[in-house]
Amino acid sequence: MRSPMRSPLGRAIGLGSAKEGVEHWWAQRVSALALVPLALWFVIAIIGLVGADRALVVDWVRHPVPAILLVLLLIATFYHGALGLQVVIEDYVDSRTLRFGLLIVMRLAAILFAARGIFAVLKLSLGA
Amino acid sequence: MNSDPRPLSPHLQVYRWQLTSVMSILHRASGVALAAGTILLVWWLGAASDGPEAYAAIQGFLGSWFGRLLLFGWSVALFYHLCNGLRHLVWDTGRGLELRSVYASGWAVVAGTVTLTLIAWIAGIAHWTR
Repeated sequence: MRSPMRSPLGRAIGLGSAKEGVEHWWAQRVSALALVPLALWFVIAIIGLVGADRALVVDWVRHPVPAILLVLLLIATFYHGALGLQVVIEDYVDSRTLRFGLLIVMRLAAILFAARGIFAVLKLSLGA
Repeated sequence: MNSDPRPLSPHLQVYRWQLTSVMSILHRASGVALAAGTILLVWWLGAASDGPEAYAAIQGFLGSWFGRLLLFGWSVALFYHLCNGLRHLVWDTGRGLELRSVYASGWAVVAGTVTLTLIAWIAGIAHWTR
């Protein structure tokens, strides 16, 4: 991005007054689009599992389609959620130090929870 | 600081509530609520993978009145964020930004949220009592 070969106009186009955030904006929209069918599928699947015992749930996750969709749902959800929480933290937390700390903790927590969820799906689907 | 005593813009205590601004802040609030709700999703998946005892524990929690209240709130937040998110995606294409359309789509989102929540819970209860 800092290449001296690029004209000042070329570097500024699409960046807006903040000089950053276009990638964030796009990532938020694309993950939102992915979550529309994934969230609707998940709600329908959960309704089908109301009152189900563990054996039924395990049987459900063992099939590849629910397992794959659950992993995709977890990735898209935590990615989209982290992008959203980032904006909320940036908007409301005034102190630079606290903001920086919260952003790091939030991102690491999102990765941790996503990893825990994906591991659970894989274990159910592949193992035991 | 401010020598001019005129009111500044977002003085919430004297600000007249409008559908547009309330829906805007609710989009953010429902997003934060859903982010918190994902912990429940991971807990549920983790419990299922951990074994029958862990799964019984979360089933007990979700079956309690507090668990059901959380699930109901989660479903409302999800359907609202989903419907209003679609409204935002349409806006991002530059369409539907006239004041009339903004209000029309706003009420459509409210109606969509209520309808989807009702359908989901009626279907869920019907499936459960079957």
